[in-house]
Amino acid sequence: MNRRDFLKSSAAAAAAGAVGISVPSEVEAAAAKGEEGWRWDKAACRFCGTGCGIMLATKNGRIVAVKGDPAAPVNRGLNCIKGYFTAKIMYGADRLKTPLLRMNDKGEFDKKGKFKPVSWKRAFDEMEKHIRKALKESGPEGVAVFASGQYTIMEGYAAQKMMKGGFRSNAIDPNARHCMASAVVGFYQTFGIDEPSGCYDDIELTDTVISWGSNMAEMHPILWSRVSDRKLSDPERVKVVNITTYRTRSSDLADFEIIFRPSTDLALWNYIAHEIVFNHPEAIDWDFIKKHIIFCAGPVNIGYGMRRKGEKSITPVRPDGSAGKYSAKEMETINKEMAKKLSDREGPALEPYGYKAGDVMKHNPGTLKHWEISFEEYKKSLEPYTLDYTAKLVKGDPDEDLEAFKKKLKDLVALYVEKDRKVVSFWTMGMNQHTRGTWDNTLSYNVHFMLNKQAKPGSGAFSLTGQPSACGTAREVGTFAHRLPADLMVKNPKHRKITENKWQIPEGTLNPVGNQHIMKIHRDIEDGLVKFAWVNVCNPYQDSASARHWIKAAREMDNFIVTSDGYPGISAMVSDLVLPSAMIYEKWGAYGNAERRTQHWRQQVLPVGEAMSDTWQWVELSKRFTVKDLWGPYTLRNGKKLPDVRKAAEKMGYKPDTTMFEILFANDRAKKYKIDLESFPQKGYDNSECIGDSRNVKGSDGKVFKGYGFMLHQYLWEEYAWFGRGHGHDLADFVTYHKVRGLKWPVVNGKETPWRFNAKYDPYAAKHAKEDGNNDFAFYGPLAKALPSGDLKGVKVKKKKSLKNKAKIFARPYMDPPESPDKEYDTWLCTGRVLEHWHSGTMTMRVPELFRAVPEALCYMNPKDAKAKGFKNGDLVWIESRRGKVRAHIETRGRNRPARGLVFVPWFDEKVLINKVCLDATCPMSKQTDYKKCAVKIYKA
Amino acid sequence: MKEKDKKPQISDRRRFFTDIAYSAGMGVMGGLLWAGYADKAKSSTLTLRPPAALTEEDFLRKCIKCGLCAEACTTRPNNIDKETGEFKPGTLIMAKAQDDVTIGTPYFIPRDVPCYMCDDIPCVTACPSGALDVDLVTNSESGELDFKMMDMGLAVVDPNSCIAFWGIQCDACYRACPLMDDAIKLVYGRNERTGKHAFLKPEVNMDTCTGCGLCEKACVTEKAAIFILPREIALGKPGDHYVKGWDKKDQQRVGNRKEEEIITHDERSAKKPEDYLNSGVEY
Repeated sequence: MNRRDFLKSSAAAAAAGAVGISVPSEVEAAAAKGEEGWRWDKAACRFCGTGCGIMLATKNGRIVAVKGDPAAPVNRGLNCIKGYFTAKIMYGADRLKTPLLRMNDKGEFDKKGKFKPVSWKRAFDEMEKHIRKALKESGPEGVAVFASGQYTIMEGYAAQKMMKGGFRSNAIDPNARHCMASAVVGFYQTFGIDEPSGCYDDIELTDTVISWGSNMAEMHPILWSRVSDRKLSDPERVKVVNITTYRTRSSDLADFEIIFRPSTDLALWNYIAHEIVFNHPEAIDWDFIKKHIIFCAGPVNIGYGMRRKGEKSITPVRPDGSAGKYSAKEMETINKEMAKKLSDREGPALEPYGYKAGDVMKHNPGTLKHWEISFEEYKKSLEPYTLDYTAKLVKGDPDEDLEAFKKKLKDLVALYVEKDRKVVSFWTMGMNQHTRGTWDNTLSYNVHFMLNKQAKPGSGAFSLTGQPSACGTAREVGTFAHRLPADLMVKNPKHRKITENKWQIPEGTLNPVGNQHIMKIHRDIEDGLVKFAWVNVCNPYQDSASARHWIKAAREMDNFIVTSDGYPGISAMVSDLVLPSAMIYEKWGAYGNAERRTQHWRQQVLPVGEAMSDTWQWVELSKRFTVKDLWGPYTLRNGKKLPDVRKAAEKMGYKPDTTMFEILFANDRAKKYKIDLESFPQKGYDNSECIGDSRNVKGSDGKVFKGYGFMLHQYLWEEYAWFGRGHGHDLADFVTYHKVRGLKWPVVNGKETPWRFNAKYDPYAAKHAKEDGNNDFAFYGPLAKALPSGDLKGVKVKKKKSLKNKAKIFARPYMDPPESPDKEYDTWLCTGRVLEHWHSGTMTMRVPELFRAVPEALCYMNPKDAKAKGFKNGDLVWIESRRGKVRAHIETRGRNRPARGLVFVPWFDEKVLINKVCLDATCPMSKQTDYKKCAVKIYKA
Repeated sequence: MKEKDKKPQISDRRRFFTDIAYSAGMGVMGGLLWAGYADKAKSSTLTLRPPAALTEEDFLRKCIKCGLCAEACTTRPNNIDKETGEFKPGTLIMAKAQDDVTIGTPYFIPRDVPCYMCDDIPCVTACPSGALDVDLVTNSESGELDFKMMDMGLAVVDPNSCIAFWGIQCDACYRACPLMDDAIKLVYGRNERTGKHAFLKPEVNMDTCTGCGLCEKACVTEKAAIFILPREIALGKPGDHYVKGWDKKDQQRVGNRKEEEIITHDERSAKKPEDYLNSGVEY
């Protein structure tokens, strides 16, 4: 068939949502033996949120080759060069093989001691001891977990159960907090439910791809390959725009690029909305707005997510300006958290809210509160964004002509507004890692809603996910401080009850206070509250801003830090106990990618050395704690009391010495999932956690571990999936996922959902729309769908009105970030990634080919800036902020070409630990760190 | 001493006697017995010289093998290892006896250490003999050093082993190129097999590529799929008599062609007309 028919049929097939995809017989998912004695099996790529399908070949217990899965709809057999090397990533020479504990000469744990190998039993003994100590000294808030968007779904769910159900601690928060939290809160506020409405098919169907602060060419290479092909298919009609704070490789394909001053993307979105409302009102689909959309506003004086006055580590305040553990220079920025003088830049944008330039805005802590306003009020909020104001504020390249820049802004508006032009807006970290990231996300939906270009094939604002399972695990399972599975929240008593009943734990067990997000966990360690922290599948001591503070607290204070990882990195170096974790294909697992596609795989090989999966580590830990240990009463630091639920436990048939293992993991429901090595999918595949393996690893009790004796992975999956079924998060059953190349949830009656909220494609939307007498859309997310009303300045009518099935357009202004360049720190620092390396480089830096291609992190700088500062290309420089400094070689001819006044440094290199320099300001609503802008000075090293 | 231990000495001696006539003229080598390597006086044609090197014949005449270029490269300030404080290996190697290069002359192997195209080109400015000619890398208008004028070789892409040609999203060479979008640019093409992805293939521009080899170093394949060859080896030659009519600039390519009498000689035209005509036709 010709390409047009092919496209039509693929869209139709997606729309019909047939279960699985008809797979050419020569590439079946079943383990077919190749000629060389290789066994091929399907899996998901270890790396980014694109979620390419791969197939692994194993022979004699080792992975020998990998191929892109030709049957995977995402990539059809292609990969980027990280995926290309997945066969090698588990086999670095210094892979962790045994637990390692810091000990003195007497063999006792000693924080100042050197790491020496210990047994699993000893490791768990130490963990148990220190957790008991932490609980005694600080209660559940003293036990924390750095969780991950790279956990498998089973690992995340097991960790969540034990932390929240067992330890009653909500101090479990994933690195997805640093990655997607702003997008998540944006979804919650706008739609009432998490995750994108569209899917990757939007790329093949759209006319316009606008990338906002996202370097797709390097960060989602396979998706960029699809965008490129779409552009080639119709170069005149299809337009690509790269909106960015510095020129990237994504600009190569773009029809034009817009270089903007950091943070001003807020103004740019508002400008587009302004143009629609004031100059292109005919483009507004009022029928759509009246049926489905309401207008909202919230407080603007919400601070910047930094430490607030009175917090232990910034007390006492000293005459020289320093405070607690923070220097005077650091406090210069941190003090803005309480109050900040409004600049000339942000003054005009804040006028509709009752402020003006020069006012001192007093900041309250971040809040999700919002209320309904009228369209007239929303229109008022857009008034400041004239072309003149916007262009002067937004233009990021001092050497670019202002008139030429204005033309680009007008061209951008024209693309959005053009009737019958389908538009997809993509973003990843630029909009999320932002002190107003939640606002930024909601502003994108404003534009798409007004134009009725959302939740339709080829049109929509599409938040791209960075990690392979920030969606599948962190967001969907809910391994966040404030969440439970499937968008349930710890603070909602109804939600807690549902969870307690499903987990068969007493009502009242779950802790309703979930405020220990990652930065708060770091700050709580520094304040001395958190005494035990466990790092799972992430590298928080390399990935968290103001890193010096957290490293110092971990190393010097009275606490016990554990890192579970495949390789030794900075977090392991900073820890007291290091545990060897099984890596991705050494365990059964599942990930969920950016287009809501959940993909499962089987264990391909045995883990190396004595490594065991994170699931096993959590389940083994649960054997050490009983009802008596964990379910007594606690008083939280805010005074709230957790009740004693031990009597209630007794009534449920649990004894005081019943372990969490028996309650949460090896219970009757779990044991119904049998080991069945004779049929698909278990036949022919290892399963270390469930049946042990030939390594005969001595487990947490010192005896050879022989497996749990039931299909734990299937149990964890099915129990977790129950939460979402019937609630818009429907997942198919475990066995189905082993037959297909993933399915986009909600999976209803065996059909996946390509476009949510659209009654034509989403059965939930169809149902809800019908109830409202509509047939087109229903934004059925339940969160925050009853609101009071008021105007831009506040609530006027307290009575809440139901906004069922509606989505929201938010009035939200431009605001400056808390730290901008000044006389001393004269340059913007932006951080990010490069294609060759994943995250903190623990895996990709150990692949010799990738290491050779990019062996170190460079400081990308404009050649004019280099010349003015007296640098030659390649010179070694210090990059210093108020918080710390690192050295790097500069690059003036590299892949990233900043304008004057900004430098870019990627964070994959532990020898250029740029997070020592970055500022831990966050979006105060999402708590996501803004890694994209702070002020530095640069000088020769 | 066992026979086995004596072996290396015996081979040397044997070689010495076989080549003695050949090596008679090699006495200039300070009296050392370089006989075994006498045929290495000329470098392999694949040798890559430092920037601004004269053509090989002239270069060998002028190079005094002092090693200042290699030293300038190794000891340049930005070549210090951040961790150890020591200098990392430099780009230029002074050829040893066993290398395929004239002994004592500088060359480089991009896959190991490429040329980083320093703004101040310290290797060339250090050369005392003019074997590296600083005028070749000086912009005649501004009088300033210009790394873009370097011409150490040319990058060549092997489409059979370059994974970007398979459709894999690589382009590590492109991102490593200091003249990105100029010396290497990406050529987009549609992947008909998948129907929805694009090829992003690297293409080298022979006019601007300096042969620094950063691309060869970055290439992620087992044996580099993009590699530097000397221009004489890498390039063919279309011929000076024909100009591309549709390309106005192409006339510059053959601009140096001198006007001269054209007589073509080949097998068919070898005989004088009378000799040919008088040879008789068979019938």
